[in-house]
Amino acid sequence: MAAKLKKCMMLCCTRKPMKEEMTKETCEEAIVALQKLLSEKGELKAVAAAKVRQLTAELAGARNNGAVKSVSDPVERIRTGFDQFKKEKYQKDPALYSKLAVGQSPKFLVFACSDSRVCPSHILNFQPGEAFVVRNIANMVPPFDKTKYSGVGAAIEYAVLHLKVENILVIGHSCCGGIKGLMSIPSDGTTKSNFIEDWVKICKSARTRVETEYKNLSLEEQYSQLEKEAVNVSLGNLLSYPFVREAVVKKTLLLKGAHYDFVKGSFELWDLDSTLSPSITFRL
Amino acid sequence: MAQALFQSSFLACSDLSSNSSKGSDIFGSQLRSPEIELSQLRFLSCYKRNPTLRLKALMESPGLAQDTVDDKPKVTRMIKEVPDHFKELKHRFLSFKKDKYLSNLEHYNGLAEAQVPKFMVIACADSRVCPSSILGFQPGEAFVVRNVANLVPPHENGPTETNAALEFAVNSLEVENVLVVGHSCCGGIKALMSLEDEAISSSFIKNWVIAGKPARLQTKAVASDLNFDQQCRHCEKESINRSLMNLLTYPWIEERVIRGKLSIHGGYYDFTDCTFEKWTLDYKGSTMLSESSCSIKNREFWA
Repeated sequence: MAAKLKKCMMLCCTRKPMKEEMTKETCEEAIVALQKLLSEKGELKAVAAAKVRQLTAELAGARNNGAVKSVSDPVERIRTGFDQFKKEKYQKDPALYSKLAVGQSPKFLVFACSDSRVCPSHILNFQPGEAFVVRNIANMVPPFDKTKYSGVGAAIEYAVLHLKVENILVIGHSCCGGIKGLMSIPSDGTTKSNFIEDWVKICKSARTRVETEYKNLSLEEQYSQLEKEAVNVSLGNLLSYPFVREAVVKKTLLLKGAHYDFVKGSFELWDLDSTLSPSITFRL
Repeated sequence: MAQALFQSSFLACSDLSSNSSKGSDIFGSQLRSPEIELSQLRFLSCYKRNPTLRLKALMESPGLAQDTVDDKPKVTRMIKEVPDHFKELKHRFLSFKKDKYLSNLEHYNGLAEAQVPKFMVIACADSRVCPSSILGFQPGEAFVVRNVANLVPPHENGPTETNAALEFAVNSLEVENVLVVGHSCCGGIKALMSLEDEAISSSFIKNWVIAGKPARLQTKAVASDLNFDQQCRHCEKESINRSLMNLLTYPWIEERVIRGKLSIHGGYYDFTDCTFEKWTLDYKGSTMLSESSCSIKNREFWA
């Protein structure tokens, strides 16, 4: 279905030069086919709309530059990005970058989703050197397991023990595909994917909680609750790492959860409160 | 069983001007008086009993609180002054909202409906090498995985967060390019090259970077006459190539590459002199996987 949609899009917004009449005819045919497809499969609408916007922007860029081929060329895209970074950032602050070339001392370890819309450098304007950032599906922190979850464990270990970060921030977000995936895992345990479901079920307990306590909410509202509850499960999992626990107890490390909602344009932030209460001695 | 008390403080999204008292409500920190004997970690045992850990958000403003314990003297908790990094983050988010989000509202509304990134990027978690910064990726452009030493383990290693993300990006989002970006002075690669060193006693880092062992072996084989730093640099680049080849061990990736639907690229960012080297994998068929080195094309060097 996605392939069919793509074909329609390509025909509609072809980048190759063609005779005008031919282009018009092919475009019209493609539009009719696209409309038919969308009426049959409503859920493709959002993806289609996004693709149309993307292609329109590219074509607009192509017309402006006068060149048809290289606007959407991936290499050109990153080359432009790198040139801009070098001119506007690197060369304007040589003191900072020469310091960073020697070493890093970020104050934050950030867990964020891999989603293209939620890079912490954008929404929280982290500059080079400020945050050691782990990005994975649904910004999850699995519990301590040296074999199964060595990747995340290595990042936490490096950040806490070697870099000595002072804060760990786990940021969830709206419309998270990984969270939707977690909610959609069939209760009989069958899986559709090779790896995705195996990963997102780290926060299975959050799903159970949402399904019990928020069962009267709409599905959209349940997703939103799950996005936040999963952050809480991740914060709890952080405490299963002894070096995290030690630093938290010593008050050299703070743990915080957050939720970025790009639909509403809001950012929510909360603490994990972990304290030691004084001991009570039982005497005979 | 600890009761769940989920509270949150909304950072004002509409009110950009008043930041006054809200900042200090975001968090407070408490120091126990040194006279108290610390018992075993209560919250840890609570966690063990109760798999779904209930978390309480701290909403108290800084102040003094007292606690009485059995026959111990009254204790005064003191609030420690800590730098409020999170106040700074609040200002940054509100600036982002004003300068970027609200001035491109139509674009962000579109993104809210769906993402169609063309790139999947695997980069290091290092604070100096965010792909959004160095390659200028804007919201919506790149699906990004960041881990220690930007490693892609092969299919045979089993499930990891990296291949879960690959599966999503390639099969669901249908990205057109996968870019693995390595960098200079990588702590993870240094750990890989120092594996026999007793100082690297930490098992987590070792257990993860061991996925890069073929790169280390190749480096030791061809670059043993170089000094340690130069060997690390060689390994940083070789590891990128190993990761590119590991991508092809996933059948659904190989299939797309063969059909011309997916391109695989390597990139190396040297922040000592701000240069970027980029190359594309030249896939010749499954015989390539048995070779010890990969064939590349379109190498470019940007200075």
